[in-house]
Amino acid sequence: MKIDRRRALAAGGAILSTLALPPALRAQGKPIRIGSTLPLTGPLASLAIIHKVTAEIYVDNLNKRGGLLGRPIEWVLRDDQSKPELTRTLYEQLITADKVDLVQSPYATASILAAMGVAQRYSKLLLHTSFGIPKLAKYEMQFQTAGSPFDPENVWPNHIFDAAAKLPKPPKTVAIVTSKFPSVHAISVGAREVLKKRGLTEVLHLEYEFGNRDYGAIAARIKEANPDFLWGGTNGIDPVLMLDAMKKIDYRPPAQVHLFPAPGPMLKMPEAQGSLALTTFESHPPFTDDPTIAQFVKTYGERAKEAGIPYTAVDLQSAIMYAAWQVLETAVTATRSLDDKTLAAWLKKNEVKVLFGTLRWNGPQNYVEGADLYKIKQLQQGRWMVVHPAQWAAPGAKII
Amino acid sequence: MGRAGGEDHLTVPSATLLGQSVLSGVFIGALYGLLGLGLSLSWGMLRQVNLAHFALAFLAGYLTFQFSGRLDPFVTLAVVAPLFFALGMALHWFLGRFSVTLLNTLLVTFGLTSIIEAGIQWYWTADFHRMESAYAAVRWKVGPLFVSLPDLLTLGFALTLSLGMWGVLRFTDLGKAMRATTEDAPIAAAFGVNEKLLGYLISGLAAAVAAVAGLCLALNHTLAPVQIYAWMGVVFAAVMMGGVGSPVGPLLAGIVIGVSEALTMAVSNPTWAPLVSFSLLIAILLFRPARLS
Repeated sequence: MKIDRRRALAAGGAILSTLALPPALRAQGKPIRIGSTLPLTGPLASLAIIHKVTAEIYVDNLNKRGGLLGRPIEWVLRDDQSKPELTRTLYEQLITADKVDLVQSPYATASILAAMGVAQRYSKLLLHTSFGIPKLAKYEMQFQTAGSPFDPENVWPNHIFDAAAKLPKPPKTVAIVTSKFPSVHAISVGAREVLKKRGLTEVLHLEYEFGNRDYGAIAARIKEANPDFLWGGTNGIDPVLMLDAMKKIDYRPPAQVHLFPAPGPMLKMPEAQGSLALTTFESHPPFTDDPTIAQFVKTYGERAKEAGIPYTAVDLQSAIMYAAWQVLETAVTATRSLDDKTLAAWLKKNEVKVLFGTLRWNGPQNYVEGADLYKIKQLQQGRWMVVHPAQWAAPGAKII
Repeated sequence: MGRAGGEDHLTVPSATLLGQSVLSGVFIGALYGLLGLGLSLSWGMLRQVNLAHFALAFLAGYLTFQFSGRLDPFVTLAVVAPLFFALGMALHWFLGRFSVTLLNTLLVTFGLTSIIEAGIQWYWTADFHRMESAYAAVRWKVGPLFVSLPDLLTLGFALTLSLGMWGVLRFTDLGKAMRATTEDAPIAAAFGVNEKLLGYLISGLAAAVAAVAGLCLALNHTLAPVQIYAWMGVVFAAVMMGGVGSPVGPLLAGIVIGVSEALTMAVSNPTWAPLVSFSLLIAILLFRPARLS
C-alpha cells in the first residue's frame, strides 16, 4: 500500500480525532502487546525511570483514546539491569516466550545494539531512542526516533560551534576534555576536526575514563590551558564533578558545553550557568504550543514528582521516548497493520511529525546525513532553555 | 597535538599545576584511606572481607544528604556513627552465627551490598543527588594553590582516625588484646581476652568509620547508588598495598595512589591514570606478596 505524506497527515489527524471518542468507543478486545526493556537498575537507572514514566503516560493516553486499531495496548516491560547481554536475552524472551506483537526501544547504545541483533534474527521492527553510533545500525528494519543524524560527529560539533559563535565573546581557543564513553567520545573526536575547519585553535585535548572519580588534576590542566571555550565531552554527572573541581581552584571557563549532562544537578550550580548542551526538546514554547504536548509536559511533571525524579521538566530523555511511541502509533494507524515489514516499509517512505520536529528515514541506514533535529540549550538563571536555532528558541531567549 | 582519539605524549606542567595536582591526589587519597580503614580492620583482624563497607559509607552519605536541610552534617554524623556502630556489631553477629568463612564473607557482604543499594535506589531513586552545604563553598588560597574545607576535613578525619587507631593498637591494653586475638585467638582467650567482645568492637568501629567516610562523600561528591561500586577497585588496591589489618597503611597507600593518578593526569592523558595506580599494586604484590597475608 502506497501511503503519501497527505495520508500520513490524515493518520495523524485520525489520532487526534480519537481524543474526542466517547467511552463506549474506547479500546476493546485482545490487547496488542508491545515489549521492551529498560535499565531500571544499574548505572543507567536514573535515566530509565524517565523513559518509563514517559512511556506509561503515553500508553495510558493511547488507551484512553481508543488504543491501536481499536484494541488496548499492553506494554510489557522488563528490567535489563543496564546489561546489554541481558537485554539480548530479554528481547529474545519477549519475542519467543511472551509473543509480543511489536517491540519498542531499550535505552542506550549498547543495549539497543544488543536488541537490534535479536530484532534482526526475528525480522522485527525496532524503533530506538538513543543510539549513539549510527554507522553501527545496519539492520534494515531499525529506525531511530531521537532525531539524530547519520553523522553526529560532524553535525553536532557544528551545531555547538554555531551556537558558540553567537556568544557575547565568540571563542577562538577550545579545550576538548572528553570521557571515553563511546558516543560522546566519538562526537568529541569529530569536534577536533570540525574546530580545525572553522579556524579555531585547540589548546588542550584530554581524555579520561568514564567513571573517573577525581577531576582535580583535569581541572588544573584546563585552568592552565585557559581556553575561551571548554568542550566537555561529558554525560551524566561528569559535568557537575568537573565544575566542582574547577570551582575548588577558583576557575570558571569563559564558556562551555557539556554534551549530555544530567539536567537536575546542574540547575543550582552558579558555575554551571551559561553552560550549553544538546537537546531535542525543552518544556517551553514553541515546543509546548501544541496543547497535547503541553498536557504531556504537565502530566509528566506530576508523574515524575510521584516517581521521585528530581528534575521534573520534560527534556531530551523523555522527548525521545515520547517520540518513539508517536512513531509507532502513527505507523500502525497509517498502515492499519501490526506486521513488522509493512510498518518498516511505510517508515522508509514517509515522515512522522513528533514533539520536536519531523522525523525522516530516507538516508543511509535509515538516517539522514548532515541534518538532524537537535538543538542547543543553555542554562540560564537555573533553567534550561533552547537558544539555537532561533526557530526553536524559548520566547525572548538568546545566547548569553 | 596528539592523534585523533588520544594525546599520549607527555607535557611539561607548570609548578602550579604540579602542586595543585599533588594536593588533589593527597585529598582523594585521604578518602581512599578513610574508606580503606574499616575494610582493612575487618579483613585483617576479623578475617571478614566486608564489601558492604562501601554500601554503608554511601548509606551514611545519603543519610547526611537527607538531613542536610535541617541538621548540620556533623550533627547527623553524631547520630549516624553510633547507629552504624550497632549495625557493624549486628553484621558481626550474623557472620559469626552462620560461621561464614573468609571467602564466603565476600559473597555474603556482596549480597548485602546489593540489598543496601536496592534500598537506597528505592528511597532516594537512582538519580544523582548533591548535598548543598555551607562547608562546600569554603576554600583558601595558599600561594598559587587552592585548598577547600571539605578536602581538608576528609584529610583531617583520615589522619585522625588512622593514627588514632594505630595509637590504640600500639599503646593500649585494648589494642594489644586486639592484636593478640588476631595473632592467635585461642591463646589470647587463654590469657583472659574476650575474643567475642573484641570482634563486636572492631566490627562496630569499622562501620562507624564508614559513617565518617559517608559524611566526606556527601560533602565532596555527588551521590548515586551505582557509585558504590566505583570505589571498590581502588580502595581494595589501597588496602592491599597498605597491608591488610594495618590502620595507617591504607591511608599512605591511598595517598600514593591518589598522587600517582593525579600526577599522571597532570603530565599525560588522564586515561592512563587508573593504569598507573593498578600497575603500582601489581608491582607491590609481586615484590611484597606478604602484604596480603
